[in-house]
Formats: sequence, structure tokens, C-alpha cells
Amino acid sequence: MNKQLRHVSVFALVLLAVLIGSTTYWQMWAKADLAARKGNSVSLIERLTVDRGKILAADGTVLANNRKTRKHGLTIYTRHYPQNDLAPQVIGYATDAGTTTGLEQTLDDYLTGANTNLTNTFTQELDKLGGQTVHGDNVVLTLRPDIQRLAQDQLAGRCGAVVVLDTRTGAVVAMASSPTYNANLVNQRHGYTKIGQIRGSCGDASALQNNATLGLYPPGSTFKMVTAAAALDSGAYTPSSPFNDPGYCTEYGQRVSNAGNPDQNGPEAFGNVSLAQGFEHSINSVFCNVGMHIGGLKILDYAKRFGFYSPPPLETPPDTINASGLYKNGKLWTPTSNSQIDSGRLAFGQYNMLATPLQMALVGATIANKGVVPKPYLVQKVVAADGSTVTKTTPQTLGEAIKPQTAAELNQMMQLVVQGGTAASVGFPAGLKVAGKTGTAELGLGSVYDAWFVAFAPADNPRYVVAAVVAKQPNGFGASISAPIAKAILEKLLVR
Amino acid sequence: MAALLTAIGVTEIYRLGPSDAFRQGLWIVIGVAAFGATLFWLHRDYRVLERYKYVFGVTAIFLLLLPWAPGLGRTINGSRLWIHFGTLQFQPSELGKIALIVFLAAYLRERREVLAQGRLKDWGPLLVIWGIAMLALFVTNDLGSALLYYGIFVAMLYVATARLAFVAGAIGLFLVGAFAVSQGTPHVRDRVTNWLSPWSSHPIFCPLNRQMELRQNCQSFQQVQSLYSIGHGGFGGTGLGHGIFTGKTGTLVIPDLNTDFIYSALSQELGLVGVAALLLLYMAFVLRGFRIALAATDGFSKLLAAGLSFSFAFQTFVIVGGITRVIPLTGITLPFVSYGGSSVVANFLLVAGLLLISNRANRAGSDAGEAAVARPGAQSRPPGARAA
Repeated sequence: MNKQLRHVSVFALVLLAVLIGSTTYWQMWAKADLAARKGNSVSLIERLTVDRGKILAADGTVLANNRKTRKHGLTIYTRHYPQNDLAPQVIGYATDAGTTTGLEQTLDDYLTGANTNLTNTFTQELDKLGGQTVHGDNVVLTLRPDIQRLAQDQLAGRCGAVVVLDTRTGAVVAMASSPTYNANLVNQRHGYTKIGQIRGSCGDASALQNNATLGLYPPGSTFKMVTAAAALDSGAYTPSSPFNDPGYCTEYGQRVSNAGNPDQNGPEAFGNVSLAQGFEHSINSVFCNVGMHIGGLKILDYAKRFGFYSPPPLETPPDTINASGLYKNGKLWTPTSNSQIDSGRLAFGQYNMLATPLQMALVGATIANKGVVPKPYLVQKVVAADGSTVTKTTPQTLGEAIKPQTAAELNQMMQLVVQGGTAASVGFPAGLKVAGKTGTAELGLGSVYDAWFVAFAPADNPRYVVAAVVAKQPNGFGASISAPIAKAILEKLLVR
Repeated sequence: MAALLTAIGVTEIYRLGPSDAFRQGLWIVIGVAAFGATLFWLHRDYRVLERYKYVFGVTAIFLLLLPWAPGLGRTINGSRLWIHFGTLQFQPSELGKIALIVFLAAYLRERREVLAQGRLKDWGPLLVIWGIAMLALFVTNDLGSALLYYGIFVAMLYVATARLAFVAGAIGLFLVGAFAVSQGTPHVRDRVTNWLSPWSSHPIFCPLNRQMELRQNCQSFQQVQSLYSIGHGGFGGTGLGHGIFTGKTGTLVIPDLNTDFIYSALSQELGLVGVAALLLLYMAFVLRGFRIALAATDGFSKLLAAGLSFSFAFQTFVIVGGITRVIPLTGITLPFVSYGGSSVVANFLLVAGLLLISNRANRAGSDAGEAAVARPGAQSRPPGARAA
């Protein structure tokens, strides 16, 4: 009988050894997979017991912190947004149910303290073993709450976006999207329903969407900055190159008319002008001819140098950032020959060209920055709970788009726009030299337009660029609708 | 060893719910008393039990089917395996297990030669056991106990007859029977489905709230949440007292945490290091049990010790294997560690049995040692009393 006994005992030990193996599988191999599963109440509760890091504005204003509650022997931290509706599309939110959006999503590892330097990891592990609360890292953004608030107030009640960048560094000073919402709603009953009911003047916009990076608008005449850059930088034209404007240009044997003049019946005609004057008065026929001459591919090539055709790098989630460029059937489209493109209309920003406010701000920033594209960023630094710096952002560039000479010429031309061109009526303060470009994009909806203005100042030594777009404005022109927004912001930033 | 396991159990139960730990403490006192009483009662020669084998056999069946009795049984989680006397609840299948082992040890010792020949008429009583296990499975829905009983039966049959064909045949019969039963009882079929695919990507009908739910939110909720708990423990665990078991509303994340699912609680708090140590402890216990069986001098003692040791290992396998998805999940207790009065008492009785056998084997061993003065081999084995 002893032989059988040995067999059975070995079998019994094997059974128990299998258990060690299976437990090892779940605790080591499958651990990450399990933790990432939806409905994992253990990780969910663990998240809520972490004292999530604060999100601070550039001046230290608290944009997101926690409310501590003790329930059933468990200390739970619920996210709170003291500034309510300030930049919620950028900051995002973190709900009690574990959903995160915006920077709350992309910076989650820092905010929960999961991704820090070695010393912090060590102290956190000790904290965990000692049963103490894990404190996440605090994040300091580049946003200035005063400018952000001003931009949001300027947009209030309308649909659109404002982006303000530091032209030298690419730091995002303000990123406003309208309509907006109060991020504290997400942790309330029926909060999402309330957010869903928010409507701007344009009707269908979702308050949750960040129009500054996701919104695609036809850039209209602001795209002439890109076309002019291509024309000058390629050496095909100089600012004084002569044109004759009969009020239209001829493409495919048909007339492409200039924008209408409110004082006249029919399109405006300027006669003999230079390229610079064509830019100053935003003459479509001039740019139509430039486009047909240098070809659409050349324009798109320069657009790519400014960052079109790839989503601008920013810390917000990739699915909230759209690439600008030609769109066909809702998808980014890359043509392969000039014959595929309506080069004349593309040259003044119509046709299938769509751009995000952030992308147009980058075009302005590049011209202000002597041709070098600054890399935009929102996160200034990450600071651990004990005050030590975890990471600090050093400004970077995305390469040179145009020659410094070209940038200087464009800068001059943009100053003309403000001095005596389409934006002359805006009335910038005398001491502030501003360079800008208006845009009034046709939507194919009659006299309803997307109104644009891109401007930087001081023009001689640029500091800030503002790109503002207000969507679907009846009889709304860039100069009358969006330029005043840029003016208010630049005044607040630069005039004391 | 038993004391250590019990201590681990009480500690974790106390951490999960102090009032339960107090009641568990009471049960342990009762268990130890039963342990002492058994030792005292049978210290001269426990082999008298052999004479009453049919009493034990009938008791085992009676206890197994008791919850089915009207007025006594109570259905918990779709299984009818509890009986109630007022506020006391009791799981009789735990004690039935011990009775069954005693019966099988006695019966198999008597019939082992005959059975080994494989004549059909001698199979009668064993087929009866098989039938009863199936019946119990069918009427009480207690897949875990049925599996445990049957596993003990097969292991002891093999020890007695040395015929692997029996084992194969018995396993085959069980699978056929279990399959047939599972077709008839949705409870068992659900367990198998939950085992094979606990996560569903589409909502399916949930009988608990009569709505469409994902399986992980309904039928396999316990299994999945328990896996989350184990996974969260990782290598080192969260540390005792720092595991996460309660939700925001104060409810337990995993129902039955301190009974059937105590292993997932331990896994989270002690981590792989801790539970691997725990399982090694079980292995050591089982190994000592089989050493006692090897040392025993008569067939009844050998079979009894083997049965008790194997039941201990197999019960651990059934519950922990169920929790870690090695086999379908069935609710039985983790020996000594889980909260549950009947389980504690039964396990102390099990240890008492092993001690008695060990003691007798030792006496026989030392007698033999005295007889053959210069045989060192007889003394090389450590005293069996240390085993438990």
C-alpha cells in the first residue's frame, strides 16, 4: 500500500503546487491586465484613496484640487475645480467613477504619483506599506487665469476658440473654447445631462469639445499668411511684385471674384497693386493668381512646414487634437499633383482647407519668431508633494519653416493690415505695434461666416500671438468680430 | 501547524470583521474541545471505529443530504448546504466528510483484495457512494462538496486497490455524471461558463436583477472581483490591514470574503510571498499527514490517514483552484483559515485523527525498536505528534 500512498501524496503536493503557480500567474503576469480592466473596483477605490495632485495655473491659482471625505473607514478624495468653468476643455476632469479627460487624463501618472522619480517612488511604497495616503505630484501649467478668463468672457455666448501663445517659447498662455461648462458638474447627479444641454449660438457645438485644438474651421484669408510665405520664401515673388486686380481672377476659364465690398454692389476691384498691398487689403484675386502660379502643392508644402498635416504636439490627449490641412469626406487628404487641387481658391484659404485655432496661432507665432516654429506646451513643471521638482519643460522648436528674411517681410505686411488694411478699424492703442491678419471664411451658408483674426505684438519684438475664431457669424467679419477679442487680450498682456 | 493556520485565519477574519472573529474564536474553542475529547475518547485504540463503519457511512450520507430536509435547510447563493437551528447555522457536509473518510477506510480495508479483482457485485456499495454524490450534487447544488467527497473516494480507492483503471473509470463516471447533472441544473452550468469566460463583451440576461448585464457584473461578479483583489496584491501585497475590500458605500467588494474568498483577501494583503508561504505550509501539513500514513502499521490506519491528508489537500485545491480559475469555482472553505464553525470543528477532528494514528504508529515503531535493539532506522523518523 505504501507505493500508492507515495503516489497519492505526490499527487496532492502537485495539486497544491499548481495553486502556487496559478496565484503567481494572477499576481505577476496578469496583474497589469487586471488592474486596467474596467469595473475593477479595487483599482477604482485605490484611485480614490490617492490624494491626487493639484493642477495650478502659471500664477499659482488652483485650477483643480481635492475634497477629502471619510466614509466607512476609507478616506476618499473627490476632485474639485475651484475656478469652475475656467479652461475645462484643456484641464479635463477626473470623475469618482474613474473617467479622466484632458490633462487629467494625460498627466494621470504624475497626478496619482505613479510616475515620479526614484526617491518619490520609494517614499510612496513606504507610505503604502505604512498605510499612509499617497500624495500625487502637483502640476503647474503655463495658463494665465486672467488672460484665460478674459478670452472666455470675450467668446461668451458664441461658438469659437481663442489661443494665446508666448511666441518665444510656445507656452500656451490661454486656450479658450466656447461654449464652456463647469467641470464640477461631472461628479454631480445628472451633471452630464446638464453639460449636454449647453448650447452656443452655433447650436450644435459640444461644450466638452476643445475647439482650440479639435475644432476645424476654414481659415479663410488668414491662410494668406501661408500662401504669402510660400510665394516669398520660394523666391517667386517679393513684397513689391506687381499685380492687376480687376475684381476677380480667372481659373478653369471662370471668374473667381473678390469678397464683396459693403459700400458697393458686387466685388471690390483695386486695379494695380503690389503683393504687400494685396495682403494688406486681403485681395483674393492677387492670391488666386499667386496660387495658380506657384501651384497648390507648393502651398501645401509650406503649410506642412508650419505644422499642417500633423496634430500639433500638446500635452492634451491625442484624440482631442486635430491636424489641419485639406479634408475630403471628413478625412485628411494629401493630394499628389497640382491638377487635383483648386490652387487659386486654396491660396486664399477656401476650397477644402480646414485649420484649428492652435495651428493658426502657430503660423502667427512662427512669423513672429523669425521663421522658427515654437513647440506649444501647457505644462510648465511637475512638482512633488514635498516641493521637489519632478520635471520642468524646456521650450523647444519644431524646426525652421521659413527664412528669417521672409518672416521679417511677412511681419511688415501684417503690420500694414493693422495700420491701413482690413484691420485698420480695430483701433489698437497708439503705443502698441500690432501685426495681424483677418479672415472671413465662407461656409457656403450665404452671409454667415467664420470670423478669424491672428495677431502678434509688439510687432518689432514679438511676445504674444493671439488666434481667435468665432464660428457662424451672420455678416460677421474677422475685423469686426474677432479682432476686438485679440485687441482686448493684447492690451491686457502688453499695455499697463 | 494547525495553530499557525488558524491564527492566520483569525487575524484576517478579524481584519475583515471583528465580530466575526469573535464568533470564529468561539468555534475554535469548540473545535479544540472536540479535538481534546476525541483524543481522550479514542486514546487507547481508535480502531474501534472500524467496527462501526456502516454507522459512519450512513451518517455521512445523512449529513450530506440533511440540508435538503424541509424546515432545516436554507438556500444560500443557489446552494442548499446549510442547516439552521435558530440563529446557529451549520454546514453538515464538513463533518460528513470526516465520517465518509472513516467509513471508506474501514470498508476498503475489509474489501480491498476482493475489489482489486474487479468482480462486479463487490462494486455495489461504491457505486452507491457515486450515486449519492451525484444525487447530493443534484439536490443541494453543492458542486464543491460533491467534488471533494468524490475526490476523497477515488484517492482512497486507489490506495486500497492499486488499480489505476478504477481511478480512470471513476473519473470518467464523474465527468459523465457531472455533465448530465450540469445539463439539468443551470446553477452548475453557470459555474462552468463563469469559469471558462468570466468576462463577457456583450450584456447577457442577469437573473439576479432580471436585466441585461455584462457577465462580470452579474454571474461571475465574485470570481472577477476576487481576481482583481488577488492581482492588486502583486508580489509583496498591500500589507495586512491595508487591502481594499470595501467600496465607497461601505459594502464589501467581494461577497463572502471571509469564508470562501478568504484566499483572495490574503492574496491582496500578503501578496504572492505571503500566500506562497501559506500554500507551502499546507504542503508541509499534507506531507506530514502522508508520512503518518506511511508509518502506520495497519491498513485501516493507513487508509484513514491518507484519506484525511488527501481531503485536506484536495479541499484546498478545490477552493483556491476555483478562485484562481484552475477549475470552476465552487464554494467550500479553506481549511483552518476560512470563517465557518463547522469547518473549524471538522478540521480539528481531522488533526485529532492524524495525531491518534501517528501516536499508535510511534508506539508500534518504538516497540519494534526495543525488540530489535540496534536498528537506528526505526528512530530516525521524528515523532509523529509534531506533525500536526
